[in-house]
Amino acid sequence: MSVPSAATSGFATPVAGVRIRARDWSWRHAGRSKPAVAGLSFDIEPGERVLLLGASGAGKSTLLSGLAGVLGGDEEGEQTGELLLDGRLPVESRGRIGLVLQDPDSQVVLARVGDDVAFGCENLGVPRDETWRRVGSALAAVGLDLPLDHPSSSLSGGQKQRLALAGALAMRPGLLLLDEPTANLDPAGVTEVRDAVARALAGSTATLVVIEHRVSVWRDLVDRVIVLDPDGGILADGAPDRVLSDEGERLAAAGVWVPGFPPRRPLRLPGATAPGLELLRTAALGIGRRKNRHSAPALPPIELSVDAGLATAITGVNGAGKSTLALTLAGLLAPAAGAVEANERLSQGAGPHPHAWKSRQLLTRIGTVFQNPEHQFLAATVRAELAIGPRALGLPQGEIDGRVDGLLSRLRLEKLAGANPFTLSGGEKRRLSVATVLATAPRVLVLDEPTFGQDSRTWQELVALLAELLEAGSSVVAVTHDADFVEALADVEVRLEPRLGAGAAFLGASAAVLVR
Amino acid sequence: MSVVTPTIAASPIARINPVAKLLAAVLLSIALLLSIDWISAAVALSLESILLLWGGLSLRLLALRTAPLWIAAPLAGITTVLYGEDSGAVLWRLGFVSITEGSLSLGVAIALRILAIGLPGIVLFATTDPTDLADGLGQVLRLPARFVLGGLAALRLVGVLIDDWRQLAFARRARGVGDRGRIRRFGGQAFALLVIAVRRGSTLATAMEAKGFGSDIPRSWARPSPFGTREVLLIVVGAGIAAVAISVSVALGSWEFVLA
Repeated sequence: MSVPSAATSGFATPVAGVRIRARDWSWRHAGRSKPAVAGLSFDIEPGERVLLLGASGAGKSTLLSGLAGVLGGDEEGEQTGELLLDGRLPVESRGRIGLVLQDPDSQVVLARVGDDVAFGCENLGVPRDETWRRVGSALAAVGLDLPLDHPSSSLSGGQKQRLALAGALAMRPGLLLLDEPTANLDPAGVTEVRDAVARALAGSTATLVVIEHRVSVWRDLVDRVIVLDPDGGILADGAPDRVLSDEGERLAAAGVWVPGFPPRRPLRLPGATAPGLELLRTAALGIGRRKNRHSAPALPPIELSVDAGLATAITGVNGAGKSTLALTLAGLLAPAAGAVEANERLSQGAGPHPHAWKSRQLLTRIGTVFQNPEHQFLAATVRAELAIGPRALGLPQGEIDGRVDGLLSRLRLEKLAGANPFTLSGGEKRRLSVATVLATAPRVLVLDEPTFGQDSRTWQELVALLAELLEAGSSVVAVTHDADFVEALADVEVRLEPRLGAGAAFLGASAAVLVR
Repeated sequence: MSVVTPTIAASPIARINPVAKLLAAVLLSIALLLSIDWISAAVALSLESILLLWGGLSLRLLALRTAPLWIAAPLAGITTVLYGEDSGAVLWRLGFVSITEGSLSLGVAIALRILAIGLPGIVLFATTDPTDLADGLGQVLRLPARFVLGGLAALRLVGVLIDDWRQLAFARRARGVGDRGRIRRFGGQAFALLVIAVRRGSTLATAMEAKGFGSDIPRSWARPSPFGTREVLLIVVGAGIAAVAISVSVALGSWEFVLA
């Protein structure tokens, strides 16, 4: 294994970019019959900045893992052809490669910011003084102006991704690989991370390969776009403008967010549905931690109503308490102050306070779709997953089968009926998590960031489905950062503003209700 | 504050290399586990208390952190006094509950022993940052970095998993299965947490591997883990307390070697 030179100078010293060479490269995961990537041939010159696109399942992440040398050995899968970095295998080039992954929570290694950035340098045997010099310049490069002993757990998603980027930069990589680094971030976080990458690359000759569904984020930063063909090989390769105009339509149809090819929006005429009948309302509601109960009355109470046929979007910055408000409205969390009151139309005799309802009573009244679909999966197969709600209601088997079959076809999940929910793709998991809730036909649907990290195709299907439900008189409450989603669906926007106490402790939130 | 970034107040004992604290605590524990008499435990406990005063921990913090001990030790002692093996003169009897000279001294011995073994351990963790401990284990004791840092990284995930657990509980209520079968539900929820933990763990492992972790390049350490006179002194003092406790007990004829 080669030992990368532990250069002793500062960050400004240019690092030679890595040359990538792929010749008929394929990778098949162990236990799968179809290769994840097949027949790839291309060259990437040192210092090139490449955006890698393709429909979901085209093998983008597999290629990136292959480049990072983390695909694993023979037990993990089978490789044919060649994939070389500067003429060497990727596993032999570790330390020349920086990798940033999608999930901000799963890639912080150490508890303090400085230590986490230093981690890669330590593994490469960089001397102590040099390590700390690099930590300082890497943190400056990504714009994280925090004390070195700041706890990494208290960072926002965008800050965590910049921390991961700083850790990669401190290793002075000749190749930077970004695997959907902004997919899980709010718009402010996306900009933070994109700008940090731009700044880090400005004075560098490192090669960049980035995967992202949303083309607009990276378009100005890359000078080449490669589109992978799900059937193997490469669909298109060239300058961003040319590839995007030639392939834009096809890419958009495959779920890639291409500027100029927006997903279709359902037609929603304001007031087309009958004037909303109120289902839920809040009375002097305060949200926040219960131990702050005493400080809650100081906050302006949240007053809003959730009406049949209307969509409410809950927006606001990270940490404003959007999810807390959604959980409170959904009857999962008791209010910190005031009350959430269900109208008799919704409660159907279950009592006025949703959080006091039985779990089974929630099913037909308020359904909740969680931000992370994996949190709500309970069964070993997609079919069994869909049957859980109807079964808890005590419906007859025939009725259960009918509902399950209907949802499987409506959400294009028939072929996956026997699959384990955890093995589905991101878009499939989202569709399934929505379907599990629809199985018991609740009057109110509460969704937490339903379009987070979704490709444009899933987005389009989801928005169309919700529009249909609204048309049929259901009510939709969605926590979202997605301006397109708000634009397409929301009748009412509830904008939350966090109120912070000493030490930036979250006390609660105030809300502005805007009728659109 | 979280599991891996506890707020640690500055004190002389917080500045000592965690490995020294660990070794001193282990020495004391081994010595105290060798006998079950009350004299050795009492001697060790009084000497430890002197050491603690010098350690510079605030009484409030000390009381807070050691609270479980002050509850557990008397409970275990009283249980032994009431139900322990009887010997010697009967002091008090009610039905099958009896207090004898033998059970009384055994109860006292057990309560004191729990305190004497538990106190150094709790103080060790109340004054130690996990990252510093890992640095010490890796640099001073030369334990494999893969093991030490892998464990440390896993510890960081605990905070994330606590949040996952909350979400899992909400989701179960939302899905209509939150009313019945509390024990079965707990089992299912724990299994779901395990699946999520494995996923998060494998992503973390990939991120660590991509940062060169586990390669055969000799690792450097960004944070020094000094081990000097102070550390040696603490270990010697720990060994000294163990030796004095055993000697006094043997001299007074109360030593009861557990393996004998």
